[in-house]
Amino acid sequence: MSELLLIVVIAGERVALPAAAVESVVELDTLIPVPRAAPHVAGLSALRSRVLTVIDCMRSLELGATDCSDGIREAAVVELDGHHYALIVDLVEDVVEALSEPASVRGAMGQGWERVSKGMVETEEGPILMIDIAALVGGIERQAA
Amino acid sequence: MDDLISEFIAECREMLEALGGEIVAWEASPDDRARLDSIFRFVHTVKGNCGFFDFPRLEALSHAAEDALAEVRAGRRHADGPLVSAVLAIIDRIAEMIAALDAGEEFPAGDDSSLIQALQQGAEVPAAPVAATVGEAQSKAAAPRTIRLSVELLDRLMSGVSDMVLARNELARRLRETTGDVAIDGAFERLSSIIAEMRDAITRTRMQRIENLFVALPRMVRDLSAELGKQVLVDIEGGDVELDREMIEMIRDPLTHIIRNAVDHGIELPAERLKAGKREIGILSVSARQSGNQILIDIQDDGRGINGKKLVEKAISAGVIEKSDASDLSPREQLALIFEAGLSTAKEVTAISGRGVGMDVVRSNIERIGGIVEVDSGVGEGTRMTLRVPLTLTIIPALTVSVAGQSFAIPRSAIDEIVRANGESVSVEKVGGAGVATIRGRRVPEIALSDVLGLESGTPAQDRSLVVLRPAGGDVYALAVDRIHDHEELVVKPAAPAVMATGLYAGTTLADDGSPILLFDPAGIAQVGGIKLETHERGGRIAEAPVAAPLNETPVLLFRGLDGARRVLRLAIVDRIEEVPSAAIRSGAGQLRVQLGEAILPLAGVNGKLPDEKVRLFRLNDGHREIGYAFREVLDLSIVGKDVIPAASPGEISGVSLVSGEPAEIVDPHWLFANFASSAISSAEQLVCRLPADDPWMQNMLRPIVEAAGYRVVSDNEDVDADLAIVSAASKDESAAARTIRLRAEPDPASAKDESIYRYDRAALLMALKTASGGKR
Repeated sequence: MSELLLIVVIAGERVALPAAAVESVVELDTLIPVPRAAPHVAGLSALRSRVLTVIDCMRSLELGATDCSDGIREAAVVELDGHHYALIVDLVEDVVEALSEPASVRGAMGQGWERVSKGMVETEEGPILMIDIAALVGGIERQAA
Repeated sequence: MDDLISEFIAECREMLEALGGEIVAWEASPDDRARLDSIFRFVHTVKGNCGFFDFPRLEALSHAAEDALAEVRAGRRHADGPLVSAVLAIIDRIAEMIAALDAGEEFPAGDDSSLIQALQQGAEVPAAPVAATVGEAQSKAAAPRTIRLSVELLDRLMSGVSDMVLARNELARRLRETTGDVAIDGAFERLSSIIAEMRDAITRTRMQRIENLFVALPRMVRDLSAELGKQVLVDIEGGDVELDREMIEMIRDPLTHIIRNAVDHGIELPAERLKAGKREIGILSVSARQSGNQILIDIQDDGRGINGKKLVEKAISAGVIEKSDASDLSPREQLALIFEAGLSTAKEVTAISGRGVGMDVVRSNIERIGGIVEVDSGVGEGTRMTLRVPLTLTIIPALTVSVAGQSFAIPRSAIDEIVRANGESVSVEKVGGAGVATIRGRRVPEIALSDVLGLESGTPAQDRSLVVLRPAGGDVYALAVDRIHDHEELVVKPAAPAVMATGLYAGTTLADDGSPILLFDPAGIAQVGGIKLETHERGGRIAEAPVAAPLNETPVLLFRGLDGARRVLRLAIVDRIEEVPSAAIRSGAGQLRVQLGEAILPLAGVNGKLPDEKVRLFRLNDGHREIGYAFREVLDLSIVGKDVIPAASPGEISGVSLVSGEPAEIVDPHWLFANFASSAISSAEQLVCRLPADDPWMQNMLRPIVEAAGYRVVSDNEDVDADLAIVSAASKDESAAARTIRLRAEPDPASAKDESIYRYDRAALLMALKTASGGKR
């Protein structure tokens, strides 16, 4: 079992994204808002000649909103169904190796976390929550649909 | 080995595709050696490769076909219907096997001996009906040399070039900030133009000849007509029109569907055709042509046509339209009912065209890619379907606008016009909270973009611009935006589902500075903005439906002249309305003239005091010349009937008529042009005189006289056919001109033979100029 995980901090919590799904980590500066889009869509940004749809992970998790006013934000770029997304995170920490298959978390998580959870994985740094990127990008609406 | 096999499969597929049309053409004229050869080559190639790869069944099939065709080639056998059908069947089987190979599956076991048997001379096979191609297919030249590339690679190239453009823009910004070094700027310019060229070329690689779409049609029609017992001749034109690769894929299904419909429902059985006095063989013509940035594909048959009345009855019984509305439908609108869901005129459902789900799907597919389907039909005469599709999916001409400081793009194809909210003959009112804009008397619903988007617009309502939009399949509405920026060609990419879910956007794109811009979907904005499009939907869908104005009613523009009189001008001759500072109007050469940019036009209509600051004028055009006509204000668009009281004597006013309930003078454009524009000869009919550019006397002293005589002066190094050349007597060169005038500096001629003119002899000079022009006319 040697899946690599990218440890990021969202809403103060250390969680893991499957590293294979993350294309790059970028710093976003300009953000073009998308009026009338779902609240977790923070806007659009450009990475080279690609348009990135920027997802505010805190809003997607219903944990408040990321403050984007101070300019540069760190984000993980992922591809899903041919579209590129930038997931705004507080911090990108490190890449670690998964030591186990994801196991379900039996304790009660927050509702937002519950929705995007893929289970708990063991790492050298202890257990960590693995995030389902599609659920994170889908936000609240997709869950309702 | 795997590589070799996939190469073989690709080669076979390509040949099969090209062969589709060839085989049918060969059937029509079995003596056509070139076609026979290309089919023979195909089976021969397959046979050769099969032996190498050990595909025994493929080998047996191709071997049998090769043998039979070799007989024909040797002249020992005639290519008759049964043979063609048998060869076709074998090629079909080969295609199936290759498809299975390609998919990596085992081809289901079966027996090919019946197919091979059918090749034998005198085999019992029902005669196949005739279907043939005429026109381009036969005169098709050899295809240009090509190589196979994966589309993925092309897309990578494309995005690489896009990145290059962005990097160049970044570099351009940096260069502007630093000091200008001419050498660096020059090199940068060169780089820029190379990149632009490359972007063009890469864009073109995405284009494909529509032939790829058409090549399968003859075969399809042949099989279809055989099945239905009909005889159809396919006529294909315009296969060399180029279209975006993706676009070709998008129209493949709709086109197939329309053609199936035409053969199934349109073209009658041979017996019926004879009874109707037509040739037994039905003609189905498919043609493509480019018109501006649109591709038009016509599918026309000479079958039984569509009965509009029956359609209406069907629509009423299916509940698609109300009985009360039905009587108001024009013939065009009746036919357009064919695109409504759940409507089919065929009494029986057939396997070919299916039930009434069809044309509505065709329409929605075409509209999804920004196209339009039109239908025209006469009972007993046939049906013509026209598909209008944009040239490419990815590059869209668009208008960029901004609201609340953010830029957006609107596809230009949907824009009818742009007016200022505070412009003349434009007013915006609120009716029960809903916006209504009145533009030259036409009321259209108005919405503010800032309201739709939920943004705070800092621009007061009267300073906004109104973009009048006509979304595909809807009626017009006006969209108020803060500012209009620019027309741009944008490379549009699909947006993420979360963005598309808003229903407002059609995609995203990158501006030249690399920042993302959202492209609006005009129909979506109308929907989100709460504009009801249904009421006129049916009428609005019909593109360019000619508004058949009765002949005796002429659309006119009602205005108030400078003297305050109500006048009308025929709308057709008014090019546009201009506003100029009164300083641009001057009296010159015995006439009032107005300067409009680079042009100076004679000005009519100045029968009162000119306003102090700005003068508004119509720019009138008779097709050759232009004149200006000053006025005070535009009142309305109206119609003049036939009740015109003619004026007593010819003049600027040709008569008086009732317009919008009050009398108005009708301005006579013929008189205007005859009296104001007669001297303003357009350059097309002007005589050309060549003067040496390096002779200051000629340029400074002579040129004004020549120009006054009505010539256009060109210098001797311009590559223009001159009617007359003027050179000095000392000059040796014989200018290429119809006539040459030689001028000498001395009053007395050097000899008796000297035909030159003394250069200050004005009378002789004018006479010579006049003779030259007289000789020409």
